[in-house]
Amino acid sequence: MAGRLPALLKDAALTALVAAALGLFIVGFRTRDIGQGLFFDYQFVDLAIAVAVIFFGRLGLQFASMGLKWPSFALGTALGAVGASPIQLPSTFLHWFVVIAGVLIILRTIWPWANAALGTARHSRRGKVFGQRGAKWFGTALLVAAVAMPFAPFADQKTMDLAVLILTYIMLGWGLNIVVGLAGLLDLGYVAFYAVGAYAYALLSTQYGLNFWTVLPLAGMFAATFGLLLGFPVLRLRGDYLAIVTMGFGEIIRLVLLNWVDLSNGPAGIGSIPGPTLFGAVFAETAPAGKQTFAEMMNIPFSSNQRLIFLYYIILLLALVTNLFTQRIRRLPVGRAWEALREDETACQALGINPTNTKLTAFAVGAMFAGFAGSFFAAKQRFISPESFTFIESAIILSIVVLGGMGSQIGVVLAAVLLIGLPEWFRDLGAYRMIVFGLAMVLIMVFRPRGLIAHREPSVRLHPARAGP
Amino acid sequence: MAYFSQQLINAITLGAIYGLIAIGYTMVYGIIGMINFAHGEVFMIGAFISLIGFMICAGLGISSAPVAIVLVLLTAMAFTAVYGWTIERTAYRPLRGSFKLAPLISAIGMSILLQNYVQLAQGARPKPAGSVVQGGYTLFSADGFDVRVTWLQIIIVVVTVALMAGFSWVIASTSLGRQQRACEQDMKMASLLGVNVDRTISLTFVMGAALAAVAGMMFMMYYGVVDFFIGFLAGIKAFTAAVLGGIGSLPGAMLGGLLIGLIEVFWAGYFTSEYKDVAVFAILVLVLIFRPSGLLGKPEIEKV
Repeated sequence: MAGRLPALLKDAALTALVAAALGLFIVGFRTRDIGQGLFFDYQFVDLAIAVAVIFFGRLGLQFASMGLKWPSFALGTALGAVGASPIQLPSTFLHWFVVIAGVLIILRTIWPWANAALGTARHSRRGKVFGQRGAKWFGTALLVAAVAMPFAPFADQKTMDLAVLILTYIMLGWGLNIVVGLAGLLDLGYVAFYAVGAYAYALLSTQYGLNFWTVLPLAGMFAATFGLLLGFPVLRLRGDYLAIVTMGFGEIIRLVLLNWVDLSNGPAGIGSIPGPTLFGAVFAETAPAGKQTFAEMMNIPFSSNQRLIFLYYIILLLALVTNLFTQRIRRLPVGRAWEALREDETACQALGINPTNTKLTAFAVGAMFAGFAGSFFAAKQRFISPESFTFIESAIILSIVVLGGMGSQIGVVLAAVLLIGLPEWFRDLGAYRMIVFGLAMVLIMVFRPRGLIAHREPSVRLHPARAGP
Repeated sequence: MAYFSQQLINAITLGAIYGLIAIGYTMVYGIIGMINFAHGEVFMIGAFISLIGFMICAGLGISSAPVAIVLVLLTAMAFTAVYGWTIERTAYRPLRGSFKLAPLISAIGMSILLQNYVQLAQGARPKPAGSVVQGGYTLFSADGFDVRVTWLQIIIVVVTVALMAGFSWVIASTSLGRQQRACEQDMKMASLLGVNVDRTISLTFVMGAALAAVAGMMFMMYYGVVDFFIGFLAGIKAFTAAVLGGIGSLPGAMLGGLLIGLIEVFWAGYFTSEYKDVAVFAILVLVLIFRPSGLLGKPEIEKV
C-alpha cells in the first residue's frame, strides 16, 4: 500500500483541483443584487471545505475500490463524524455534504460484501422462490396499506395531501412507463398530455358545466388524440431526435396555453373548477342549489377531510387501472410488440411488425393515462395555469421512471415515494430536491442503468422456466 | 427598409451567438452520436463566469474595456472548458456501450443538476449586468429611423467569425482535427491506428464548452441580464440550429445559427413576439420530420 500511496494522493489532489476550478467562480463569488448593482458575498471558506471533502472523499473511494477496507472505513467514519459533530461549518448544506461523503465511502467499502451476499442469496433456490413470492406479497401488502391508509390514525390533512400527490406521480410514472419502459420511446413532453387533460376538464366543467365523471373519459380521449396527432409525424425519427421533438411539443403546448388568452385565460389560469362528485353529491360544507353534500347524503357531520379521502380513492383507483391495464397489455400481441420494438427495431420490421403504428399505440395509450391524471389534477387543485406544466415536470416524471427501473411497476412506486415524498416531508430539503433528481438520474445511468429495481420478468419465455439446476 | 436593415443587423448578432453554441452540439453529435443535452447549461455557466469575471475586473480597477474583455474571455473559456471536460468524464464516458437511451437520460440529469447547482450557488433572481461596451455607429437614416450598429454587435460578430475561422482551421488541418474526423468516421478503427479516442472525445467537449463560454459572454453583454434558466431556451434554439444546418456538419451549424437568428428576430419584428419561441420549436419539428439530415448534412443510414 505504501508504494501506491503517492499515486493515490496525486489522483485525489487532481480531483480536488478540478473541483476547485469548477467551484471557484460559481461558488466562491456569490453575486447579490442590492438595488444599485451587483455585489459579492465571498464564500471561499465554503469552497475550501468542499474541496477538502472532495479530496478525502476521492481518496476514500479509491481505497475502497482497491479493497483497502480499513483505511477507507476510517476515512468514511471520520468524515461522517465531522459532519455530524457540533463543529461550526459555514452552512447546513456543508454539514450534509460532509456527512453524505462519509456515508458514501462507507457504503462503497461494504458494497462488495453486500453485493456478494445478496447475489448468493438471490441465486440460491430458496432465494428464487422467496424473490418471486416476495414480490407478489410485497405488491399485495402495498395495495392493502394503500386502501387502508385514509383510516390510519396518522392520516391527517398533510399526510393525505402528500399521499394524493405521490399517487398522482405514481399514476403518471406508470403511464410514462408504457411509453418509455415498454416501448422504449423517450418522451420528454409527457406533461403536455397532462396539460391537455387538465385544461379539457377545466374548460368543459367551467364553460359547459359537465361533471368530472363525464369529462374523465373525454379528457383521456382528447389526450390520446393529441398523442396520435403529435406522434404520427415524429415517430419515424430515431430515439434521441424523438426525445427532443417531444420536448419541443411540450413547450409549444405550454406556450400556446400561455399566449392564447381567449382559450386558456393565459398566465392567469382557470380558477373555481368544480371538484369531483360522488353520485351527484358534492364535497363541500354547503351544496350549490339543487345538489346535496356528501355529508347530508350519508347523514354524517361534515369534515373537510372527506373531500381529501374521496380524492385519494379516485386517484388510487385511476392509478390501479393504469397498472392493471399495463400488466394485461404486456401479455397481448401489441404489448409484446412494444417490448420487441424496444429491443430491436430492425428485427421487428423484418418480422412484419409495423413500427410506426406500434409506437403510435404506445404513445397514444401513454397520453391517455396522462389525460386522466390531468383532469384529476385540475379537479383536485381547482385552479390550473400553464405554470404547472413546465418541462421540469416532465423531467420529474421521467426521473421517477428511470430511477424505478424502466419497465418495472413496483420500482415506479418506490421511486415516486422517494423522489416526491421525501422532499415534501422534509421541507428543508426542498431547495436541493431538483439537484438530487439530476444527480440521481446521472448516477443511476452510470451505476445501475436498469434502475433501482433491476429485476424484470420477461413477459414471454421460449421454454418454460426450469424448476432448478 | 430602415426597419428591415436594423432587424437584419440584430438577427445576425443573435445568429452568431446561436451558431457558437450549435457548434458544440454538432461536434459532440458527430463524434459520439449523442445529443449533449447539458450543453445549454454549459453556455449558462459561461455567461455566469463572465459576469463574475467582469465584476472582478471592475473590483481590481481594470478600467480599459478591451483589456477586460480579453481577460474575461480567456478566463471564461478556460473555466467553462473544465465544466465540459468534467461532464464528459463523469456523466458520459462511463456510459459508452450502455443501452441506447442511457447517455441522453444522463445528459438530462446533468442539465437539471447544473441548472439547480447554479440556482443554489447564485440565487434564482435574474442578475443585471452593467453594460461594458457602449455606443455605436449610425449607418444611415431613412424614413425617420436611424439604423444603428452598436460596437458590441460588431465585437460579437467579429469574435464569432474569428473563432469559427480558427476552429475550422483546427478541424481541417491540425493533427487534433484529423483525429477528431477519424473518430467521427470509425471510432474502433481510429483507436486501432493509435488515436487516443478518450482524449479526442474529451478535447471535443472542451472545445465545445469553450465556444459555449464565448457565446455565454456575448449573450450576457448583449442582453445585460443572466439567470440560471437561460441555458434551456438558448440550448434548444442552438440545437435547432444544429439540426437545421445538418447535425454533424460545422458549416451547417453556423448557417443554422444564422437562420435561427433571422427567423427569431424577423418573427418577433413582423408578427408577434409571444410566439417567437413557438416558431423556433415548430421549425425544429418540421425539419426533423421532413429533412432530418438538415440543409448541409449527410443522410444517415441505420445499420443493423
